[in-house]
This record gives sequence, C-alpha cells and structure tokens, in this order.
Amino acid sequence: MNRVNLELVGVGGQGILTSSQVIGGAALEKGLDVYMSEVHGMAQRGGVVVTTVKLGDEVYSPLVGRGEADVVLGFEPVETYRAIEQASEGTWVVTNTEPIVPFTVSVGSEDYPSIEDEIIPSLEDSTEKLITLNAQSLAEEAGAAITQNIVLIGALTGLKVLPLEKEEIKDSVKDKVPEKFLEMNMEAFEKGYNRTKEVRK
Amino acid sequence: MEELLEDDPGKETLLLGNEAIVRGALEAGIGHGSTYPGTPSSEIGNTFEKIAKDYGMYFEYSANEKVAMETAAAAAASGVRSMAWMKHVGVNVASDALMTLMYVGVRAGMVVVAAGDPSMHSSQNEQDTRFYSQLGNIPMLEPTTPQEAKEVIKRAFDISEELEIPVLVRTTTRVNHARGVVEFSELKEPDGDGHFEKNPQRFVSVPQVSKKNHPRLVEQMEKAEPISERSSFTEVFSHEEPELHVISSGAGFNYIMEAKEEHDLPISILKLGMTNPLPEERIKDYIADADRLLVVEELEPFLEEKVKAIAKDVNPELEIYGKKSGHLSNIYEFDPDRIKEAVSDLLEVEYEEDHLKAEEYDLPSRPPSLCPGCPHRGTYYAVKEALDGEEAVYSSDIGCYTLGVQDPLNTADFLICMGSSVGAAGGFSKNTDQQVFAFLGDSTFFHSGLSGLVSGHYNQHDFVYVIMDNRTTAMTGHQPHPGTGKTGMGDPAPVASIEDLAEGAGIEFVETVDPYDIEKTVDVFERAIEHDGISVVVPKHPCALMEQRAVNWAPYQVDQEECKQCHVCTNNFGCIALVREGDKITINETLCVGCGQCAQVCPFDAIEQEGEG
Repeated sequence: MNRVNLELVGVGGQGILTSSQVIGGAALEKGLDVYMSEVHGMAQRGGVVVTTVKLGDEVYSPLVGRGEADVVLGFEPVETYRAIEQASEGTWVVTNTEPIVPFTVSVGSEDYPSIEDEIIPSLEDSTEKLITLNAQSLAEEAGAAITQNIVLIGALTGLKVLPLEKEEIKDSVKDKVPEKFLEMNMEAFEKGYNRTKEVRK
Repeated sequence: MEELLEDDPGKETLLLGNEAIVRGALEAGIGHGSTYPGTPSSEIGNTFEKIAKDYGMYFEYSANEKVAMETAAAAAASGVRSMAWMKHVGVNVASDALMTLMYVGVRAGMVVVAAGDPSMHSSQNEQDTRFYSQLGNIPMLEPTTPQEAKEVIKRAFDISEELEIPVLVRTTTRVNHARGVVEFSELKEPDGDGHFEKNPQRFVSVPQVSKKNHPRLVEQMEKAEPISERSSFTEVFSHEEPELHVISSGAGFNYIMEAKEEHDLPISILKLGMTNPLPEERIKDYIADADRLLVVEELEPFLEEKVKAIAKDVNPELEIYGKKSGHLSNIYEFDPDRIKEAVSDLLEVEYEEDHLKAEEYDLPSRPPSLCPGCPHRGTYYAVKEALDGEEAVYSSDIGCYTLGVQDPLNTADFLICMGSSVGAAGGFSKNTDQQVFAFLGDSTFFHSGLSGLVSGHYNQHDFVYVIMDNRTTAMTGHQPHPGTGKTGMGDPAPVASIEDLAEGAGIEFVETVDPYDIEKTVDVFERAIEHDGISVVVPKHPCALMEQRAVNWAPYQVDQEECKQCHVCTNNFGCIALVREGDKITINETLCVGCGQCAQVCPFDAIEQEGEG
C-alpha cells in the first residue's frame, strides 16, 4: 500500500491536535503504521499550528516534504494559503473559509487579505483539486461551532483518499469526543462528509 | 494516560514521544522522577503527574531544574532508580549539579533527559546539548522515534546502574512531540525503600575526594566504550553498491532513512544510537572502504568533527561532507526537503521541485499572543498608564508574559533566560538614568527570581519588580509550583507567599493588586515608581485559561452609538477579541471571555456586557 501524507494547518485552539489523533487512532486500530508530528507549547497561544499525519505500511519520518501532502486540510483560509507549497497537482486542498483574523491586523500593523476576492480565487488558480466549505456554519448547524474540526474530519473522510473506511473514522471520533456531545459531533461529521462526497462522485 | 499503567506486553498503541519516555521509565521500575516544566519536555511531567500515585512512585515538580537534578541524584545514591528531565536550556541551570554528580556517581540507575528544540519552536536558543556529554564525561544516547525513546530509556537505566554514573538521553522536539506506534513490554514494579549508605570518601566532593573521583569517572567512561560498541541502537542500513556513506543520529536520521527507502537511493547509513562515547571501532569499520561520507545531524557538527578525526587514522582519503562543506547547516531543524537537497547534490541526481505555487500575498503573520482575558494584559496596560508617556526599560523573563513584546503593548526590551529579568533590571538601574521594570511570573520567581531579589536589595538597586502571579506555570501547560498549594502528586502543599518572601528580604514596598481592576493597578504602579529602591508589585489573578474552566461570564460588546472610534482599546490594550475593520471596533463573541478589562480601558464607556453570565 502506498503511503498517505496529511498536513493539517490552522490556528492554536481549533482542535487540530484532536483531529490528527482521530485519524492516527483509526489507522492504528486498522494495524497501519502511523507517524505524526504535533505542536505543543508557545505556538498553541493563538499561533500557527501545523500537524502532520503519515499512514502506511512503514513510515520513516514525522514531517511532510514540499509537494508531498496527499491532502492539505486547512482549518483557516490564510493558513491553507500559507501551506500551499506542501501540495502538488495531485493533492486535495480542503479549506475552511471562515477566517480567524490575527491580532496583528486588529492593532493595525498588518492587513488581512480578502478571502472571497483574493485567497479563494488564487487557490483556484493554482489547483483544480480545491474544496471549500464554511466549517463554522456547518458546525453551528450541527449544534455548536466547536465541532468544526469534526466537520473537517468528515470532509477529509469524504475524499476517500485515506486507507480507512468511514465507519472506522467515525468510531475513532467516538473515542475522542465527550459522550454528551457525541450526537452533535456525528452530525458535524456527516455535514463535512457530504460536502466532499458530492465533489468526489 | 491510565493506559500507560497496563501490564500488557505486546500491546501496540499511539504514543507521543514524551509518553513513550514515561512508559520506558515505568518498564525500568523508576522510583523517583523530578523536573521543572519546559517545552518540549513538559508532557513527561504532565503524564507522571497523572499516574505516579497509581504506579507507586514519587514524582515532584521541583522549583527549578537544578533542584530536580539534585533530588533525583539523592534518590539514585540511595538505591532508587530515578529520572530528571528538562528542556535543553534547563540543563544549563542543572549543570552545576550534573558536572560533579558525574564524579560521585550513583548506586541505582539515574537517567537525565535533555530535550532540545532545534528551530526554537518554544525556546530562546537552539544550543546543542550533546556537548554536555563531553564536558561532563556523561554516557549519552540519542533516540530517533517514540518507540526507540522508550527502549533507550530502559537501556539507559541499565547502563547507568552498571557504570554507577548518570546517563544522558538527548531528544529533540521531533522525537518528544512526534506521535508513533509504540509496543509495550513488561511493566516493572517501582523502585522503593531507598537507604543511603554513607561513604564520605565518595559522596562528599571536597578536593581530596574529587581527586580520586575524577580518575574513577574516566575509568567508568572507558568501560562505557564496549557498551557503545555493542549497542543495538547503533545499526547499519546497507546498500549493495553505495555511492555515498552516511553517518547520522537523532531526529535527522529519520529523514535520510526516508529518502533512502522511498527514492531507492544508492546510499548506506550508519545510525548511531549511543553517541558518547562513540563506537569508534564500528565507525572505523564502516568508513574504512568508503569514498564519500555525509554526516547528517541537527545543529552543531558534533559527530562530524569526531568522525573526521577517526578518518585520519583509517581512511585519510575519505571525503567528508556535512556542515563544513555547506551541504547541511548548523541552524534550525532538518526536514525531508533539506536532506533531499543535500543528498541529490552529492549523488548528482536532479531534485525535482514538484509543488504548487500560488500568487504571493503579504500574508499577515500570526505570532502567539496573550489570550483573551489574560491578566498580564491589564498589568502591562496599567504600567504604561502609570508611566504616562515616560520612557522605561522593560526587563522581561521566560513565560507567557514574554508575549508583551508584541504590538501594541511592547513591554519587553531585554530577555536572555529564566530569572534574567531581575538581575538585568538591577544592571540597568545602576548603569542608566532610565526608569526600569522587571517582569516575571510566579513560577519563574520561585525558579530563579528570588536570589536576584535578595541580591538587588542588598546592592540597593532601584526598579519596580513586577511578579505577575497567575497561580500556575501557564505557558508549559498549567503545572503547580511552590506558591499554588498543590504538589505534582496532586496532594495539598504549604503555600509559599511571594509577598512574605519579599518582605523577608527587606523590601519596604510590597503590594498585591488584582490587575482586573485597572484603576487600582495604575495607582499601585504610580506609587511603586515613586518609591526609592526595589518596589515589589504582585498583580495577582488566575490564568484566564484556568479561570474560564470554572466561570462562564457573558461576553462584552461595543455600543456603536457610544463608540467614538478613538481606538484606545486596540492601540493601547490590544485584546485579540477586539476586531477593527476600518475604523469600526467590534468584539468577537466567540473569543471574548467577559473579563471586562477592555470596558475599563474605554474612555467613553462604550463597551458593555451583554447580560448575565
């Protein structure tokens, strides 16, 4: 089996670590080799968070080289853009369109680009394999904005790039989220799943 | 975490490198663990904190790394297997203890974990801690993966016990914070029932004893040589007709191994598991018939220089590449791309750049920042208000509050290490006419701020010493410390009072204030500035991340009719929940925690709470 490389990018506090552990946990359960890199420490205070998940028969390093991601899963549109060199022509780029404006912009030292007029069109220019979704509104529809990481896990699953079945990933989500929010998270998962499934038909 | 206590040999699970290190220690029967938290080693302590009691061992957060080293040393001298772990710069703090501990040695196994941070993801420097192994004559192992980290820890305990000296295990961020599949072996019962058998001729480091201990240490290191030669962590990954030989250790090995396997490169690799002492015979055998050798190691040319010396004897014609040849750098961590570029140059194969490129925008940076509700923000704002435009030098320290360096607060001007705020503030106050502030947190105060306070008062320095007490060690993940009333084992503890310590040192101006009350805080600082000598101000309010677990305050909002768009809130206070679009200010309700600090900052009372929490 070939190896699958995932790059998850976003902002500290978006549930990116949990997301990568959902995928890693499902892969372990299936008996695959898994190697991941995580971010702990200062960057979690609202900084850029990049985690990787590599799955396969044998995985040698925890980092993904430029152009070698099979999927770039972006939790924030500017961060997706920043990570674009991790993707090549064959890479699926899935991005949340809901921005998180850094404080450097609020205090007037920097500008935040327009998502609609600049970021998304530029992403569309550089790849045909772009899927956009507003994970935050889908999460709110499912019950709470906090489930947006699970919306994105659902979207990743719908791509059918992972060597894992939908049910296997859902089981892993169940292991990672609190019991009382399970239903909400399952609905969030389906919303993301359906968004990419229709593209992949 | 309870999973780590399962005695289920053969079980495979996904562990963070730091969790694998803990499991390794449990499989070695650790009886004592001590640390001061520091990234990337922090999760080792966080994990022990959860399981130490159930396992039956002793674990403590010491006030600093030196104390952690000393308590672990006494445990091992008493026959109890012990481990002390810390980040790379923590080893500097503990090094005074470690250097002479090597002379007196230990009786049960003692392992020191030094977690390096190439690329400085969470650190003030990226020093290569491996050089301590040479400075102190310390046997050293370098694991490459979480699985290997677990095995290396176990082996390090055995080596330490055999040689009766501590063993250093050196990791880096991509081992500590990598997560991989780890297979459990048998769990061992924790060491206990220590007894210290006196032997002053060995354990009391007066000159006549040390004169005997140093030759003993050198002898023990000679005994370590065959151990290194036999180490199963040292391994050759051969190729039938290699065009390039590689010697590597640590996290850097993973990338060269990946390049070899996935691109089928004609290279052979010697991975070194034990890197002090080096297995010289194996290195000689490996390079004897080689033509060209690349040394792959992160940071300094630690192996490269030694391999060059070895090659002079056995293969003077060998061409050696690495840092000195410019193929690799001694700056920042490696990644698959950096290694591929170096190797493709040496193998003369085309390195294909196959990745997307997008139109270049000036993307906004996203530095880490103080959280919404962070009490440090109120403190910094109040200091500036009290100064009323007067210039001051802000001597900062290591912790969340260092983030005051960002716009718009700009309350960090000088920082070198843990505890440096206070010593440097004294130096600034004696050598300039400027108003001086020292900022440090409660945990850092107990770590290394106390001696600076006593020294500064004795030498009649003149500055405002701001001890920002948020009741925890926040940046590394909320570990308790001597001022919190809780131990690493989760037991209640006596509380050390910062105020009493300051008064005990003879400080006349000691005031505590809640920085959520901005007006009062400004007043305290105004008086502290006026005071001659060191004035100690303790802004005291729990870390917002901790407090928000217990409370649920309604968010604030901006009354657009009252707002005069003066931008004092964003330009002077700068909470990240305040959003400015054009001239309009709004509050991001998801981020706002309802602390109310910004409402006090607004000159027009335009910021109001939305209702009851």
